[in-house]
Amino acid sequence: MPHVTRKWELFPGKNKFCCDGRIMTAPHTGVFYVTLGLIVGTSGLFFTFDCPFLATRITPAIPVVGAIMFLFVMSTLLRTSFSDPGVIPRATPDEAAYIEKQIVPSNPNSPTQRPPPRTQEIRVRGHPVKLKYCFTCKIFRPPRASHCSLCDNCVERFDHHCPWVGNCVGKRNYRHFYLFIVSLAFLCVFIFACAVTHIILLTRDDRQFLEAVKESPASVIAGVICFFSVWTILGLSGFHTYLTASNQTTNEDIKGLFTSRPGMEGLNPYSEGNVCSNCFFVLCAPLTPSLIDRRGIVTPEYAAERAAERAREQESRDTVIANNKSYGTVISQQPSMNGTAFTNEVNPAQVSNASQQSPMQQFQQQQQQQFQLQQNFQQEQVPTTPPPPPPPQQLAISHSLGNHLQHASGGNLHFSHAPGLPAVNGMELSLLDHQELNDSSSNLMVGNERITILGRSMEGSEPAVMDDLDIDLDVPVVGGFGGNLAPTLNAGDSSVPLSASRLQLLQDTTMIESALDLDSLEDSSVGGGSTAGLIKMNGL
Amino acid sequence: MNHSSPLNENPDPNQASQCVKVFVQRDYSDGTMIKFQNRFPAELEDKIERQAFEYTINQMNAYFMEAEEASCGTYCEGCIACLTAYLMYMCVQTHFEKCLRKIAKFVVEQNERVYQPRGLLLTNPVDRGLRVIEITILDQAVVPRT
Repeated sequence: MPHVTRKWELFPGKNKFCCDGRIMTAPHTGVFYVTLGLIVGTSGLFFTFDCPFLATRITPAIPVVGAIMFLFVMSTLLRTSFSDPGVIPRATPDEAAYIEKQIVPSNPNSPTQRPPPRTQEIRVRGHPVKLKYCFTCKIFRPPRASHCSLCDNCVERFDHHCPWVGNCVGKRNYRHFYLFIVSLAFLCVFIFACAVTHIILLTRDDRQFLEAVKESPASVIAGVICFFSVWTILGLSGFHTYLTASNQTTNEDIKGLFTSRPGMEGLNPYSEGNVCSNCFFVLCAPLTPSLIDRRGIVTPEYAAERAAERAREQESRDTVIANNKSYGTVISQQPSMNGTAFTNEVNPAQVSNASQQSPMQQFQQQQQQQFQLQQNFQQEQVPTTPPPPPPPQQLAISHSLGNHLQHASGGNLHFSHAPGLPAVNGMELSLLDHQELNDSSSNLMVGNERITILGRSMEGSEPAVMDDLDIDLDVPVVGGFGGNLAPTLNAGDSSVPLSASRLQLLQDTTMIESALDLDSLEDSSVGGGSTAGLIKMNGL
Repeated sequence: MNHSSPLNENPDPNQASQCVKVFVQRDYSDGTMIKFQNRFPAELEDKIERQAFEYTINQMNAYFMEAEEASCGTYCEGCIACLTAYLMYMCVQTHFEKCLRKIAKFVVEQNERVYQPRGLLLTNPVDRGLRVIEITILDQAVVPRT
């Protein structure tokens, strides 16, 4: 039979799948096996040692009741552990781009350079609720949903991630989880009572207590295990009964979202009104089928979509490292930086480049070409490994860089480095000493914390730009003295040929390529006319 | 879903992926039940009549409401499934799944009757994880988003 790729094999989260996608669990299921072992072991002791005695001495109903309870506990436990808790599938690239477009501030002239807020204020039954943007899933999380960091998924009506059952507890398996806890509490009490009865009946037969224990050590073990676990389980079932009756989740209860504060009525907007309808709603409402379609067969489009998503994830991870912010990767506008996964995707930005007219976009295009060039060099050099994230020590760039940095034409090097400071925090920067930048249109600006590439010569407006740029710097920064440095640079001009390994070094140390994200472009192009084409790299 | 479209000679799914798409988001104003916003998106101006669009969304919302409605039948269904250790789900379709089938049929029908003649393509929200209703504008290629 030919192998059919199913969607679970391309699932982006960290969940584990068994039986060709029929079963899904959390990535780490070690504790789940402890739970399973405890339940099965204790029940096993009970059925083998206590049941025969009690069935003959009291009533044969005891093993029957015990077996029914045990089966119920096991079925609810396995159902909780092995089913989809209500994972919200991640956004398709188109959808993510659509959402990102909506987040980008509508007012491009806003003075702030801060990225726009990634929350959405909505009202649920008149109560204000904040929807947070999930950077991993590229969606605004629905109300009550939360991202489980262990499974790396957004889960609908997220309750908590329970290591004991080895899965998240969410909308789709909360009822099973609740039934599991309640039935387990009953089973625990039942086994404990039976074990105690067994010992007591033995002591009645004119035997000492110690003798009775010697006769049936298994009931003592089962009794002790049940005695210690029953308190936790009873407490937990009480807690979850309260949650169910008030239609809350553990997550919301811990955060205290609906507790009343002074001057504010604490009301649960999701409550159905009374205890009965809440229980009915939580435990009996029709269940949404699993949305992730684990057993669906992968179509070529789906595979391409997933590949694009993976590339985007990789990209945003780089951006996180470089920019200290994880948003703003509008992937289709970026050159293929990681050398992966973009090959079968038509880049809309490239397609549409011809129609872009504004100088800003032209510059951007230019930059893309340049960096693609660099990327090509890098790929020739190391075709398989992406550039490792640079250790922070290597990121700042020393004074000496200036002396060796060579410009082909008219470029200026601006240093926004305090003259009195030791070479940027005393870090060794000789790595970049022989770096060449062979582009004619861009200037490299080395700040203490950021690198800026300025599209045009901006001698006139420099102070203003520096003001714009330096707001984030921790170290006091004195304005650029590009004018002073430019002659030195031009003097040191010795037209060394462009070297791929050095470009690689530049990429490793500055991560310049990840600075090409569109949000930054839009954010930073606000200062004034002459700052068009400013690409900044924030907080290295 | 492969429909032959009268306008679009080449209903290639790869082509659809490069078209402009409009996403109708969820409406949470009444709680977390599945409901979509029936606000008419500006991108669809001149592409489809407002009434036709609103009819589709409202109808879809009605179907989802029916699917999520807790009634006596669904309650019994849940109880029996629970008593059979959820083995029942292996052989019986739930009420919700039946409703989803109805919705899928509705989407196909709407596509054939309303959307494809106008160069649009409606995507079943279940395929998008019930997050959005995706409407692809087939005769409009992607434009730069800046």
